[in-house]
Order: sequence, then structure tokens, then C-alpha cells
Amino acid sequence: MTRLVARWMGDPPLVSGLLLLSLLGIAVIYSAGVVNVPSPVVSSAWQRQLIWFAIALAAFTAVSRVPLRWLEWASLPSYVVAVILLAATLVVGTGRGTAQGVKSWISVGGFGFQPAEVAKLATILALARILAARSEEPRNLRDVLAPVALVCLPLGLVVLQPDLGTALAFVGILFTVLYWAGTPVLFLVLLASPGLGLILSFNTWLWSAYMLAMVGLVYLHRYRLYLVESLSVIIANLAAGTVALPLWRSLATYQRNRLLVFLDPGVDPRGAGWHLIQSKVAIGSGGITGKGFTLGTQKRLAFLPEQHTDFIFSVIGEELGFLGTSLLLLGFGLVLFRLIRLAERAPDPFAGLVLLGIFGAWVVHIFVNIGMTVGLVPITGIPLPLVSYGGTFLLMTWVAAALAVRLAGED
Amino acid sequence: MKRQHPTVLRRRAQGATAVMAILLGLLLVAFFRIQVLRSETWRLQSESNRLRPLPVPAPRGTIFDREGKIIADNVPGYSVSLLPAPTDSIRRSLQDLQPILGITEERIEELLQVYRLRPTDPLLVESDASFETVSALSERRMQLPEVFLEMRPKRRYQAGAAVGHAMGYVGEITAEELEQPRFVGYEQGAIVGKEGIERQYETLLQGTQGTRIVEVDALGRVVGSFRGQTGKPATPGSPIHLTLDLALMEWIHRIFPDSMRGAVVALDVQDGGVLALYSSPSYDPNLFVGGIAPEIWSDLTSDEARPLYNRTTLGRYPPASPWKLATAAIGLQLGVVTPEERMPVPCRGGIQFGNRFFRCWQPRGHGSLSLADAIRHSCDVYFYQLGLRIGLSRLLEEGNRIGFGRQCGIDLPQESGGIFPEDTGFWEERWGYRPTEAEVLSLAIGQGPNSQTPLRMAQFYLALARNGSAPAPHLLRDGAVAEAWSLNLDPGSLEVLREGLRRVVRPGGTAYMSSLEHWDLLGKTGTGENPHGRDHAWFAAIAGPWNEDPEIVVVVLVEFGESGSRTAAPIAAKTADYFLRLRYGIPIDTVQTLREHYMVGRPAPWAAR
Repeated sequence: MTRLVARWMGDPPLVSGLLLLSLLGIAVIYSAGVVNVPSPVVSSAWQRQLIWFAIALAAFTAVSRVPLRWLEWASLPSYVVAVILLAATLVVGTGRGTAQGVKSWISVGGFGFQPAEVAKLATILALARILAARSEEPRNLRDVLAPVALVCLPLGLVVLQPDLGTALAFVGILFTVLYWAGTPVLFLVLLASPGLGLILSFNTWLWSAYMLAMVGLVYLHRYRLYLVESLSVIIANLAAGTVALPLWRSLATYQRNRLLVFLDPGVDPRGAGWHLIQSKVAIGSGGITGKGFTLGTQKRLAFLPEQHTDFIFSVIGEELGFLGTSLLLLGFGLVLFRLIRLAERAPDPFAGLVLLGIFGAWVVHIFVNIGMTVGLVPITGIPLPLVSYGGTFLLMTWVAAALAVRLAGED
Repeated sequence: MKRQHPTVLRRRAQGATAVMAILLGLLLVAFFRIQVLRSETWRLQSESNRLRPLPVPAPRGTIFDREGKIIADNVPGYSVSLLPAPTDSIRRSLQDLQPILGITEERIEELLQVYRLRPTDPLLVESDASFETVSALSERRMQLPEVFLEMRPKRRYQAGAAVGHAMGYVGEITAEELEQPRFVGYEQGAIVGKEGIERQYETLLQGTQGTRIVEVDALGRVVGSFRGQTGKPATPGSPIHLTLDLALMEWIHRIFPDSMRGAVVALDVQDGGVLALYSSPSYDPNLFVGGIAPEIWSDLTSDEARPLYNRTTLGRYPPASPWKLATAAIGLQLGVVTPEERMPVPCRGGIQFGNRFFRCWQPRGHGSLSLADAIRHSCDVYFYQLGLRIGLSRLLEEGNRIGFGRQCGIDLPQESGGIFPEDTGFWEERWGYRPTEAEVLSLAIGQGPNSQTPLRMAQFYLALARNGSAPAPHLLRDGAVAEAWSLNLDPGSLEVLREGLRRVVRPGGTAYMSSLEHWDLLGKTGTGENPHGRDHAWFAAIAGPWNEDPEIVVVVLVEFGESGSRTAAPIAAKTADYFLRLRYGIPIDTVQTLREHYMVGRPAPWAAR
């Protein structure tokens, strides 16, 4: 019996961790529905999540038995399909629930799903495929152009939805996969530099200092870089600094407010700062031991926004306290660590790259989602893997887990 | 890609682990900081988030009559309020409430106005909701999140219209009143006295509102009382004890003819306390509790009988014959007449003065009369001559000293002063001519430019019933009583005046038919000439046990009553009789006056006395 379960799991440490997190998630979604003035949608969410969980387990069972050859063979076509779906989302996509303005859903016969979730996995597979196909590790910036382009296409489409949170997940995937493929850290830094420059450009002095540092960095490594590379890095940084202002202007008001509020939640305590302040009040008032399962007052009295999806961790913080949050962080840490471990022992480069891609996506989701509840990260609509309510997301998380187990188990 | 060397992979794995550990470590530190180090601050904020103090209305002070009977008290009522929220959602909630409470569009705008004035206070929408409304609202609690139901004491006057004008009424404080200095510290929705005693003693009756801590959710819905933190209980308003006699007021309300307009003032001879203050038609102050219905309000204000008008203190009428006692008192005080003295011209139905013939009301004439008999017969010719002896300027001077041109100073928010010429300049100002001595003839019999409130006349008769001096009539039992003025008469002269009044109720007197079995009734009928219609009927009465000091003064005015002896006198006599019967434990009988005995065919052996 035990052996049977272990065989089904493929990798018991990883899968049992995921199972526990999923069950905890359903429990917390149940608690999120226990409020003073219940809404039928939220109070029955845990039941729907339970059904999705069953579906996800079935999918896990199926996918973890798929022949490996199929996976490698299907990686590029599935990427193409995912990109087409993402593009289609921009045209026929709809918003859901509180995120009405975001076109991230496709409805097929009354049944909705988010192509971006599929695209993440497809992108990981495709990225791993083309990097594994190379005979050498990336040695210069030109070598990473193709992978970057591969990720930027779905990323760009997701940004257009606009779904900044999921876009961040693509960035996470790109960097972790490139890193695992052996790209020198210097290149990764240079690759990230325009993004950093974009953020720092809000302060002229800071940005100027940063540009000087970049020039210095390029100069220090002048023997490892082609002149073209150095120049393009500098130009890209300059460009980022220049487009910062128009880009800022092009953001929707709510997006701008979220960024401003991240810097100072007090600027708009009743509006955009509301979510962050209420989330911090909930988590902080939970204290060390929490207010008890289903007993959180902030949650009960509807002060918490999106308590069953994006802000589910605030419910955990309020009801289970620091003990609960640290245990959950530990749980996520173990799962992520297990992914690295599997990647390290992966039978071939493709498997390792896919595992790291999954790791990258999850790390971003976990860090950004939990970080935003305490104001460590700006608020972006990004769910917490396994715990947040959401059918497609839970399903795809388990499909990713199945892939991880399947690839790691191959000999 | 070739398989990597295990050490290379290990290094990369260590790098990835390090990044992950740093990120999760950051989160852990952030949670430690917020949940362990600064938890207390957030806990406080969580409470201030959801706990909100709400005012607890204080019950108004109970109003007692002189016997300790309750005139006004409080019963539980329900109020409907909206909790503070953005204006849009307040407007939406009001529109949702509209069909249930039946409020008008204008009222909604009015409420929004009030709300904008004090956006942080709960907005009182309905201060006296019916039980049906309360249950309807409770059922729809989900759809009406910001609605807050609260029990609040509401005013009750068990005697209803019998105490209407004396009590006044209460109502919600208006936006204008909130701005006034006398309502500093009041909040929107406060119930304040608007008229009568309720207004006069508002500061005593109001009490101090308490606070109550309730738990609200993010949308402002009150979830329930919060037990962890106690609020401050409300301090009820102070009870006040009045000189009014509730039973007497109810009696007057019962006997005063519904079809008639008028006023009854009863004063306690002992201390000048007001025993009864009744204006007809009256109104039921209970109608105003919780906001008066607009249609009832428009009925009250458009009724030509003016039920809201307090005739006892605001109504001014020509004082007519009852004022002849003032002429007599002034004459005696100035020494221009002695009680037994006869006037030079006997009454033959009138007297010639200058080029005009002044009539007596009795065309047959009264002959030659002493002062007491002149009072008994209300002989105009006698008082014309007495007036001439006093002289116009002295009559005005003494009349003003007694206070016929001023207010009595009763403890009510509104009182009319009497109209009485201050000096001869009055005629010049008003009509542009110098008055001749002929003016004194009209004034001496209570006509001419002389208008008095029933209250003022009662105070004058109070002085006659006492030792010649009268304090200001007052309603508060333990209030300071000032000796307002004195007639400066010796006891003998006062007795002469009283003897005259006594003869009015004796056989041959104008009010004989109103004489009473058990009590020594003194009085003066009057018929005030009314240029606007039928004459007003007066009766001023003093009553007490036989051969003892008088105990009650009653003044009755019946608008368009025509005959003082037939309309006003019975009301006054029955009022005095009821009061004295209660005081001396004689069973109440509705057959009280001599006329009533005759009408029901009951023998009245005492009448021959």
C-alpha cells in the first residue's frame, strides 16, 4: 500500500508537500468564506476548489505517466498554441470577478480558463527544449537572444492583457532557466539592468549613479564582452531611463496607484492604499498565535480584499499568526528546495531546465504574492500556488508538478 | 547540451537555493516584524477599524405635576439611522429606505443636507419607527447594510391634548438650531423641546447622551454590540416638578366646549403657582413625537381656530368688566373714593360727558350704588365717574405700575405683554391726537386701548385674592417666586372689593347661576367688545372654603362667547369646584353650578344663603 502510494507520487517528498499545501489551501478558502455577511460565491468557493483539486489530482496521475518523448516532441507546438491562445485572449478574452478590466479569461461553452497559466508551462518546455538542444552553454549575449525572444513574446502578450503579476512569472522563468543553462551571472545582471534602470529612473540622481555603475561594470568586464554587447547594454539602459516617463503615463490609474501606494500606503488610505493597510492590519493583529481558524475579525468584517484569492495569505496571517505563516513559508521552502534537488539529479539537461523553470515560476508567485500582503512588493494580482482559489491555476500547478515528477523520475 | 558535471550542477543548485532562501528569509523577517514586533500596534488598529462609538440617547427628564403624578415620561421607541459612509452610498441607502419608511424626495434632500453638515455622525432618518417598519427593516438587513436600528426612549404624554399648550412639544433639532449658541454640544438627531415647558426647561430635561461601542464591518454595517469595551451610559435628564395639577387640566379639557375657542388659567392663591393652563382648541403633543406627519402639521397650521396658538399667554383681548376691579383698586389706593360713597350722578342708563352720552350696559339703569354694589352690577356709569375722579394720567400711571403694559414673566418661552398706554403720548403716536379726559371713561370700564392676556388678568385677580400683591405666575414648583407688584391696598379696601365680587355670585348678581354648593365663589363677568365679531366672554373667579382664605383663582376667556355669565362663568366655577373638591376630599359631581342643579331638577337649598 505504502509502496503503491509512493509509486503514484513519483517523488514522495515533493508531492506530499504539495498535497498538504493544497489541503491547507482548501481549508483557508473555506475560512475565507466564513464572514459576517456571507456572499454565496465566496462561501461555496472551497467546494469548487475541492472539485478542482480532484481534477488536478487526476491530471497529475495522467501527466506523470506520459512518455517523455511526447513531452519533448510536444513542447514547441504547445508553445505555439499557447501564444496563439494568448493573442486570442486579447480579442475575445473577458474579465472575471473583481478583475473585470483584465482580459485574461477565455470562455469555452460556459467553462473559463486562463491561457496565461498554460502558456507559462508551454514556455518552460519550449525554453528548456531550445536550450537543451544547444551543444554549448551560452557564452555571450547573442547566445541568449533566442531564449529571451521566446519568453518575451508571451510575456508581452500577458502585459497587454494587462496582467503584470503573471508577466513577472515569465521573467522569473527566463532568468532561472538561463541561469541553470549555465549563463554567466554577469550576463544575467546585464540582461536585468534595463529593467532595474526603468525602476530607478524615477529619481534622476539615483538613476545617474546607477548608469555610472553600469558603465563601470561593463568597463571592468571589457575583455569578456564584445563591444557591441557593451554598447547595447548601455543603450538599452539609456532607453529604459528615457521611456520611463511615457511608460508611467501609459499605465492605468489603478496600476500607478498600486506602485505609489507601495512606496507609501498612507497616500490614499481609503482607495488604493486600502488593500495594503487592511492586509497589514489583518496580519499584524494576528500576532504570534493568530485569532484562530475562521475567527479572523478583519476577514469576517470584510476589511480584507480578495480574501480567497490574491490576499489569502492575509487570512492565514490573521487566523494562524506568525506560527502559521512561518510554517507555511517553511513548507513552500521545502517544496522549492526539492525542485532544485530534483533538477540537480535530473537525468538529462532538458529535465533539469524544466524543473528550474517551474521553480522560477513558483518562486516568483510565492514571493510576490506573500510579499505584497506585507508591503514588501507592490500589489499585483498574482495568486499563491496551491493555496489561492482558482481552478485553472490549481490544475496547472499540479500538471507542472506531474511534469517535474515525470522528468525527474526518468532513468 | 551535454550533461553537466555534478560539481557544476551542485554549484548552480547552491546558487538557486541561496536566492530562494534569501527571498523566503526576507518574507520571514517581514512577517516577524509585523506579527511579533509590532503586533500590538496593528491589533489596536484592527480594533479601531471595527469598533465605533455610537451615541446613546438620554431619556428626557420626567415631568411631574404638583401631586407627583407623571405628566410626561418616556417609552421605548425605535429609531432608524444610517452609519457614516460616502455621500453616494448614503443617498442610495436613503432611496432603498424610501418605500419602507415612506419618506419623500424632499426629505431625502434634507437629510443629505444634514449629513453633509456632519459627515462623521450617524444620520438619523426616522426617530420613531413603527414596529412593522422595524421588522421590515430587520428582514432586509442584508440589502440595507448601512441601516442601523436603535432603541431610543420616546416622549409620552398620557393626558394628551389636556396638557398640549402647557407642555409644548419635542422634535428633532433642526439644522438652524444646531448653529445656535443655546444648542452647543447637541448633535444631529437630538430631540429637543420646541415649545412650552419642554422648551423652557430644555437644559434640565435633556440629560447627557452616553456612548455605546459597536462592531462594524468594512462597509459600515453594524454587526453587534461589542462586549470587550464598555461605553458610557446615558445620564437621563433631570425630573422636574411643576405646580400644574394634572387632574385639573384633564378636567378642564373635558368640560371646555369643543366647539369653542378660549383659554383657562388657574392659579394657586398660596404661591402663585399655575394650577392649569389650557388653551382651546388644544393639540396632542404626542403627535409631534418622532416627527409630526406633514399632513397633520398642515392641518394644525391651516386650521383657522389656530390650535397651536396658546391663548393663555399669547392671546390679547379687551379685558372689559373684570378690569373694573383695577379701576376700583386704583381709586381706593389713591383715596379718591370711599367704599360707601355714592357717585354724584346716579345711573339712569348712561351719563352725558362733554358732547357725548356714555351708555351703561343696563339701559334701565342701576340707580345710586356703593362700590361693592357697583362691582356687583358692573355699573358702567359708576366706573365712568370713578375714572374721571382718578383722571387719565393717574389711571395710566397706576395701571402701568400694576403691570398691565408688561409681561407677567411666566416661565414659558413665549408670552405677550399687555397693551396698555404708557402715557398720553400713546394716542398721539397711534392716532395723532391729544387724548381728552373722555378717554378715561372707556379705559375705566376695561375698553379702549387696553388688551390683556388671560394670564395677566389671572395675576391681577391673584393679587385681589391675596393681600394685594401677586408674584409672577410660574410653572416650576421650586423655582424662585418674586413678589412682582402690589396694589398697595389696606386689608379693609381689599375686603370691599372681594365683597363686591362675592355679590356677583349672589342672587341678583350676574353670575348667580354659577354659584357653588360647597365653596365661597367670588367673580366678575365680562363681555369684551370685539370689533371683529361677536363679543368675547370673560369670567374671573376667586374661590375657597366658606369663611376662609381663598385658594384658587380662575380666569376663563371664551372667544366670541358673547355672555360672560352664561359661557365663561360656568367653566370657571366648575374648574374651581373640581379643584377644591379634590383638595377637600368631596366626591366629584358633574352637577356643580346652580344652573346645573336647576337643569337636572335637583334641589339647591344652599342657593338661598
